[in-house]
Amino acid sequence: MSTDFYREGAPALDTKAPAGPIAERWEKRRFSGRLVNPANRRKLRVIVVGTGLAGASAAATLGELGYRVANYCFQDSSRRAHSIAAQGGINAAKNYRNDGDSVHRLFYDTVKGGDFRSRESNVHRLAEVSTEIIDQCVAQGVPFAREYGGLLDNRSFGGAQVSRTFYARGQTGQQLLLGAYQALQRQVAAGTVDLHTRHEMLELIIVEGKARGIVVRDLVTGEISTELADAVVLATGGYGNVYFLSTNAMGCNVTAGWRAHRKGAYFANPCYTQIHPTCIPQSGEHQSKLTLMSESLRNDGRVWVPKKKGDDRHPADIPEDERDYYLERRYPAFGNLVPRDIASRAAKVVCDEGHGVGPGGLGVYLDFAGAIERLGKKAVEAKYGNLFDMYERITGENPYERPMRIYPAVHYTMGGLWVDYDLSSNIPGLFVTGEANFSDHGANRLGASALMQGLSDGYFVLPNTISDYLADGPFDALDETHEDVVAARKDVDDRISFFLNNDGDRTVDSFHRELGKIMWEYCGMERTDEGLRKAIGLIRGLKEEFYRRVKVTGKAEALNQELEKAGRVADFLELGELMCIDALHRTESCGGHFRAESQTEDGEAKRDDDNFSYVAAWEYGEDAPVLHKEALEFEYVKPTQRSYK
Amino acid sequence: MKLSLRIWRQPDAQAPGEMVSYEIDEVSEDASFLEMLDVLNERLISEGDDPVAFDHDCREGICGACSLVIDGQPHGPQAATTTCQLHMRKFKDGDSIDIEPYRAGAFPVIKDLVVDRSAFDRIIQAGGYISAPTGTAPDAHAVPIPKQDADAAFSAAACIGCGACVAACPNGSGMLFMGAKVTHLSLMPQGQPERATRVLGMVAAHDDAGFGGCTNTGECAAACPKEIGLDVIGKLNRDFRKAAVRAA
Repeated sequence: MSTDFYREGAPALDTKAPAGPIAERWEKRRFSGRLVNPANRRKLRVIVVGTGLAGASAAATLGELGYRVANYCFQDSSRRAHSIAAQGGINAAKNYRNDGDSVHRLFYDTVKGGDFRSRESNVHRLAEVSTEIIDQCVAQGVPFAREYGGLLDNRSFGGAQVSRTFYARGQTGQQLLLGAYQALQRQVAAGTVDLHTRHEMLELIIVEGKARGIVVRDLVTGEISTELADAVVLATGGYGNVYFLSTNAMGCNVTAGWRAHRKGAYFANPCYTQIHPTCIPQSGEHQSKLTLMSESLRNDGRVWVPKKKGDDRHPADIPEDERDYYLERRYPAFGNLVPRDIASRAAKVVCDEGHGVGPGGLGVYLDFAGAIERLGKKAVEAKYGNLFDMYERITGENPYERPMRIYPAVHYTMGGLWVDYDLSSNIPGLFVTGEANFSDHGANRLGASALMQGLSDGYFVLPNTISDYLADGPFDALDETHEDVVAARKDVDDRISFFLNNDGDRTVDSFHRELGKIMWEYCGMERTDEGLRKAIGLIRGLKEEFYRRVKVTGKAEALNQELEKAGRVADFLELGELMCIDALHRTESCGGHFRAESQTEDGEAKRDDDNFSYVAAWEYGEDAPVLHKEALEFEYVKPTQRSYK
Repeated sequence: MKLSLRIWRQPDAQAPGEMVSYEIDEVSEDASFLEMLDVLNERLISEGDDPVAFDHDCREGICGACSLVIDGQPHGPQAATTTCQLHMRKFKDGDSIDIEPYRAGAFPVIKDLVVDRSAFDRIIQAGGYISAPTGTAPDAHAVPIPKQDADAAFSAAACIGCGACVAACPNGSGMLFMGAKVTHLSLMPQGQPERATRVLGMVAAHDDAGFGGCTNTGECAAACPKEIGLDVIGKLNRDFRKAAVRAA
């Protein structure tokens, strides 16, 4: 045990998950939670940070219920939150295909897919709510794909043997977000939601142990202000950009969550990172982000590499018997459709062995020749045309004629702020939804489940559970002169003035890029005890250098994109260290967390249920983080070795 | 490759702006246009200068944050492509490139290449939605929608709200943006009850925000990175006329 890096504290708090038959728990909790009568809702103010699926849906729904909502986003419009980029689809246990799907099966698949590291009660609720989400989105006018009879189309998606994924071409996230955005704008017009775009949350305000507000910076004028309320909801997304290169949008960051963590909110399972198998490989040092090619491509594309190491022939010149369709060979039952963590690691294995293609040997082929021959070019174009066009714009290669080159990239973070069954963090009044919390995906998220979770939290779960907390409100009136508010604001002012007055000589991006390389090398697809210890040392050194040498131009009272980035990278440096400590302490492999020391004979992830069947909830400590364990119990889905062979 | 850039620099909304020249060398043809600007900014910061401010986020052509007028064209020379998806292989060694912000009355400049597009949100607030409060929905299969209607609605709904249509229009009109949303919602059975109030509200908000009217120039559709067609403006006008007559 690497206790030199952390201390172990008391077990984590009560999860508040109701007991009894799992299918009745959500019903039970909704009934036992206290309500706020409609006349009192007007007296209660709720802050929602973030306008993605989890934030916009929560803000709109809370506004409809009659609460006074203040909603913040750093983008210039709430429609641009990164949920917009989700391509593939959204799962729901509708069983419209009559192919054996059910709430229980979606629950089972999600617990298994998460490699038995998620909380059963939460996952079951997610599966139950999934069907309501589709109804809600259709009512809003979301143009899902339909069949000729006018009914909704479904497809099977990443690792599922039933067709339960609803989609809108390759732009499902966009259409779902626009539905939530429109519902939100309707509430803005109705006066229930005050929406503040181009504002960034930089600090959480806690008064007498309760989350009571936030400190924000107006990104246009630079003005710092505070917003006070009865509860705060963080819907601020994932932290994949700690790797610098990821499929996340450039602005995605951990700052809101990390500031809350520094004020006492537990950060759970930070090392659980999803590396998506089908992304366009890096082309050079100028690279600013990586682009995902939807997983749906694996439905028709076949993944292969040349059998001969370093084979640089044109792919068309490599005959069938000299190709290794390694997913079909290793996983005959699931083939090219194995879950993301497995497909990613398999690509790394063949590339590490020297079979990779393209620049630096960091790529594998995703080949549509067979699909084009079987279905015709037109059918392939109808299904994937927009993705093929995107690939050609970025690489300059035509995927109809030459197989795509793909390589895994950081895509999603399953870890996040710890929440109980009510989506409340351990700080009373601080709720966390969507990718920003840790809850439903365990150690690996299944395809088309992120959109489901974001909307489940925002439309249906949080608006129900938060009332139990707000029933005690309104809380004592506060104003900006309260000492805790003044102190939070001063912390923000001090940080900004530090950056602008630092006599440095290195750009923010150069530090971010270096941090990303450390994280990818040592806390990426494969992690080892030795590598993680090394990474912790490197990150500590980099952090010291960052504060000594970082150079931020411009001034505080203006639009200053370098200043924005500096604050975010400062928080990523601290998060990166915690991710490595979490990965170091978890000496088992599970889902997206692969420890080289813990694998089966044929190289698959080997869990250690006796010692690690728990959520690692980390408390911030000045000298070392403190580990609180939440034991996981599996009453309905018994942990087994995941097998996709 | 080596390029000569002329970039619009403007410290803030009030200050006057000007085109400033920059030489940039060793640009990779695999870099995106915005990555080329990243490289320039890294250099400017190292030299102690203020980097060029521009809006961007997803860099995969879907969030609609990136803008820019490149050599006179919103999102640059490549059809159906946002600035973030434009790659330097579309340019030649030695090229001179002019980079400006969107120019439109309803989109004031905030700094350098960053403009304020919040007028689009105000158009949506004025009716660009279907009122369906959470929890009130019937089963998703309760109302079948013919595939051709659903597909056409999707094509209109593909708008990313980037504002290129406004920047391309000689009148600074937002009618392609507004037409796309009106078309999307009026093709859905769920969108019928509010069809008339929606279009009247949105048109009023559009005009209030200072966007101009449409004179069928067609530049908007040519500039649209999502290839939204002029037909949505026809549909918008038809819905507007019907609603206005009924309201009169």
